[in-house]
Amino acid sequence: MDSFFINTLLTGLAVVLVAGPLGSFMVWRRMAYFGDTLSHAAWLGVAIGFMVGISISLSILLLCLAAALLMFWFQSDNRLGNDTLLGILAHSTLALGMIILSLVDNRNISIEAYLFGDILAVNTADIQLMWLMCISVLVLLIKIWKPLLSLSVHKELAYVEGVNVGLYSFLYLLMLASLIAVAIKIVGVLLITALMIIPAATARRFARTPEQMAIIAALIGVVALLLGMFMSLQWDIPTGASIVVSAAALFLASMLLGHQS
Amino acid sequence: MSNTTLPSLITLNNISLRINKRVILHNVSLDILPERVLTIIGPNGAGKSTLLKIILGLQSSSSGDIQRKKQLQIGYVPQKFSLDPLLPLTVERFIRLGKAEKKFSLREILTELGISHLRESTIQQLSGGELQRVLLARALLGEPELLVLDEPAQGVDVLGQSELYQLLTQLKYSRGCSVLLVSHDLHLVMASSDKVLCLNQHVCCSGHPEDVSRHPEYLQLFGNEVNSSGVDGLAIYTHHHDHRHDHFSTEPSIDNTHG
Repeated sequence: MDSFFINTLLTGLAVVLVAGPLGSFMVWRRMAYFGDTLSHAAWLGVAIGFMVGISISLSILLLCLAAALLMFWFQSDNRLGNDTLLGILAHSTLALGMIILSLVDNRNISIEAYLFGDILAVNTADIQLMWLMCISVLVLLIKIWKPLLSLSVHKELAYVEGVNVGLYSFLYLLMLASLIAVAIKIVGVLLITALMIIPAATARRFARTPEQMAIIAALIGVVALLLGMFMSLQWDIPTGASIVVSAAALFLASMLLGHQS
Repeated sequence: MSNTTLPSLITLNNISLRINKRVILHNVSLDILPERVLTIIGPNGAGKSTLLKIILGLQSSSSGDIQRKKQLQIGYVPQKFSLDPLLPLTVERFIRLGKAEKKFSLREILTELGISHLRESTIQQLSGGELQRVLLARALLGEPELLVLDEPAQGVDVLGQSELYQLLTQLKYSRGCSVLLVSHDLHLVMASSDKVLCLNQHVCCSGHPEDVSRHPEYLQLFGNEVNSSGVDGLAIYTHHHDHRHDHFSTEPSIDNTHG
């Protein structure tokens, strides 16, 4: 029981510590729906991973990057609206993933675990992979903080001032895809975006600078994780969903709090 | 001023742009000279903003070539700027996101633009005119040789506009900085420009403001406005206000989140 608790806590921490700061950029850049699309594409990654028999995390990472590049390529063609494009990609990858999964022998695959997350399935190798992801993403994020912030504020202004907009946009996508690839096991395809945007949106009220907001978002993620784990143990309900509901409750509380003052 | 001997900052040769077979720009050539104010005017849809994007390197052209002076420092004031309300950013932090301070400190630039008091304000609280000056401050901090402004007078009232153009003319002298402006606004711009280029997909005419205002193609495009205003195109600008405000005020109809 104790080691299970610690494993859950360790994996969850690695995810929320990264999700807060990355989620802050996601809301600043108004990319919530984009993140949602990436996580749906991750579902196709799960399916292909099972079909080909490679690491699920690796195939999610590759699929997310491919989906992101596809979106950039489509975006240069202005005939489709942005959200229409994202909607098409999100749901067609989800549907394609379902078909592929139905074709592979899936007696040993828990589909629900990848849709909603299954923290019970986490093993030591997962924990190592998650902390590797967490530390590399945070180090990279700190290194590229200023240019990434500048392009999030105004892309064209950043370009004229000499920021390599293409490179930093790609690095952000790479970080996003890495997080999604390892976090799917905890919260699942359908809830991972929530873990990014809800803590960030909650943190806004308490932050005076972008850095404060990213840090507070990570801390709110930690609180939501602890609350969610407690709820999950107490009432025997799904952990991933409990973490997201806790985050949403914190968001609601911050709204009500802000309304009073 | 005899700057004609100095090399151009940017030269465009026969720039054309077609998107889905539609001609956006056709054979546009122009020269941006040091320490000059060049204004591009033209009706809506004339391709003014697109031309600016090509000059800035934000958009590539279908044909033609463009030469920029090596290591050219450009300061850019974009037409549209809106920051997501979820991004907490003070004026000071926003300006410092750009180029590092050089000759002039941030404090000096804020004082020169009359926005020292806004240093700690958040970007979303600013009115249209205030935001305009903050964007200008960020552009100036990098000590640009060329300042590019896309419709800078939008959301700024008439008094604010004339102050803005006065400021831009001052910059030309005090910093030796060239200014490239895009506008659909006619009278106010013209007296402060060294050269005006009238664009409507192609270059209709260009030259000294007074010459352009008498050019038949210009009159064909803007004739009605010139007549209905009932004043000489340059008259408004030469009029001096008997008092001045320290900063721009904004028309109440413009969406400002001043609060």
